[in-house]
Amino acid sequence: MPESREMTMAEALGEALAEELSRDPTVFLIGEDVGRPGGVYNVTKGLQEEFGEERVMDTPISEAGFAGIGVGAALTGMRPVVEIMFSDFLGLAMDQIVNQAAKLRYMTGGQAKVPLVIRTTMGSGRGAAAQHSQSLQAWVAHIPGLKVVMPSTPADAKGLLKSAIRDDNPVIFFEDKMSYKLTGPVPTGEHLIPLGVADVKRIGEDVTLVATSSMVQVALAAADLLAADGIRAEVVDPRTLKPLDKETILKSVRKTGRAVVIDEGYLSYGVTAEIASLIADEAFDYLDAPVKRIGAADVPVPIARPLELAAIPDEAQVVRVVKALFGPSERARSGGAQHAPGGG
Amino acid sequence: MDRDRDLLKLLYHRMYLIRRFEETAGELYRRGTLLGIVHLYLGEEAVATGVCSALRADDYITSTHRGHGHVLAKGGDPKLLLAELCGKATGYCRGKGGSMHAADLGLGVLGANGIVGGGFGIATGAALSAKKRRSGQVVVCFFGDGATNQGVFMEVLNMAALWKLPVVYVCENNGLGEYSRYEDVAVTSTPIGARAAAFGLPTAEVDGNDVLAVYDAASSAVARARAGDGPSFIEARTHRLSGHHEGDVGFSRRYRTKEELDEQKREEPIGRFRSWLTAGQALSAIEIETMEGEVERQMQEALEFLSQSPYPDAAELWEHVYA
Repeated sequence: MPESREMTMAEALGEALAEELSRDPTVFLIGEDVGRPGGVYNVTKGLQEEFGEERVMDTPISEAGFAGIGVGAALTGMRPVVEIMFSDFLGLAMDQIVNQAAKLRYMTGGQAKVPLVIRTTMGSGRGAAAQHSQSLQAWVAHIPGLKVVMPSTPADAKGLLKSAIRDDNPVIFFEDKMSYKLTGPVPTGEHLIPLGVADVKRIGEDVTLVATSSMVQVALAAADLLAADGIRAEVVDPRTLKPLDKETILKSVRKTGRAVVIDEGYLSYGVTAEIASLIADEAFDYLDAPVKRIGAADVPVPIARPLELAAIPDEAQVVRVVKALFGPSERARSGGAQHAPGGG
Repeated sequence: MDRDRDLLKLLYHRMYLIRRFEETAGELYRRGTLLGIVHLYLGEEAVATGVCSALRADDYITSTHRGHGHVLAKGGDPKLLLAELCGKATGYCRGKGGSMHAADLGLGVLGANGIVGGGFGIATGAALSAKKRRSGQVVVCFFGDGATNQGVFMEVLNMAALWKLPVVYVCENNGLGEYSRYEDVAVTSTPIGARAAAFGLPTAEVDGNDVLAVYDAASSAVARARAGDGPSFIEARTHRLSGHHEGDVGFSRRYRTKEELDEQKREEPIGRFRSWLTAGQALSAIEIETMEGEVERQMQEALEFLSQSPYPDAAELWEHVYA
């Protein structure tokens, strides 16, 4: 095991940015309040002091403008890291992301390269209401030409952000607001995690919980509760939606025969639907129960605490959904043998 | 003032090439060889030519949906452009972009754009990049009067001025935004440049059908940008002698009368420049005819290249989505 230190996700992200700013003079940060204020969640705290105003730039409140500026800078030899403070604000910059950044390489027949990272935040739980709580990863995951990253731990956040900055494609990097204070071990020294490699966050034999970002902690908590009832849940974290590590997801489901997909985006037409469809298509013969999906309620996120809690998946909901996959008389299997196609 | 003869030749050659290219593209569209949406630059040739001729080879431009003229004015190859318009594998973008996305990154042409105002962010970002890299490059952002009603225009003007970026915003004011007249959809109590002046940009208004006036205005704006003195704005007044796109005949009478169009045709820039050149004996009629013959030869070559060019292989569908 490499040496590691305990850090928060916010600190791990800040460290990734500092390391990449040091390593590559073409990297620069740009966005609202990322410089002197240090970022609304302190992720970029101290970076402007360390690297100067030219490398860490505060912008006016002009998402379309500075996202577009990021595209133009990326197209001409720089590696901008643009911050869109809340994913709810992506709409303001959507033309730059969807019609320009994502398509330039293809439209120019491979002439262009757009090494752009857009960091943005997602997730509810702070009573921030309908325009500051959404998880809109499905919007961008829909678009060819974009990569989409959703880290769930401090170590993943650091390793994935560094890889995103070095990637030659536009990458939309979602950070869960409630996870910024989550602590965990982060390896010392150079730490890179390739885009497109899922991580099994907990090994289990009876059911696969495919969970993204904020929902990984929810799935892990649910797995603890389920274990008390003898159900051994495996938690698979795709870490990147695009590219998607299909094999790791499918391998787990082929083993367990049951799958629940959990993502904090709205349920309808969301990330969970895509992954559930993948499992249904490619692991159908291994399934003992329908694939279930859990996402945010299809309502604007409300501010009242009881309503907000009701809108967002929690471990109790995951436990209920998982238990319903097992018949009333059926006990969780023991032994953990590879599950045979069509069996169960 | 005495003008450099090589410059005069360059200007005439480029304008005439754009004219003949656009006439050819229009003809191919009518014959059905060229499909899709094609916006011709007929009548506006002096703007792209005057501006791009004031640029260095490594300077950048962003173009518009009406972009063929910009590509050619920056030194683009009519063969590759015509093949691209027709979706051929030999085109600039391997037949994946077409008219509205023609680009030649090697020439600094960062792309035509299917979104009105789509070049604002890219051009301003390229200028930020040039400044950060201390490359001495200047960026020209071409757009029409219609695009000045996009919100992102105001956003980039503010940032370009704030950061003193080496960018020149060139508004090709043809008075028409798609099928609507500018005055029907925007306030006209002040010139368009007043919007840029509000952010402190120096502005110039030029006759966009006078290629030398455009060249002079662009030269001072480019020099200013190159010297590190920041962005500026040029309004070049011109006329769009074609429809919004080819085949829009059903619409054209709704926004412009025949008399108005006839009047605009009389002001077209190429005949006007030709008369000026010969009247002042800056270039002889023979020199001009030689250039025109050269352009005809270039267009013949482009058409032959087109006829021998294959469509892309089906396997190319999946290429170039990601780097």
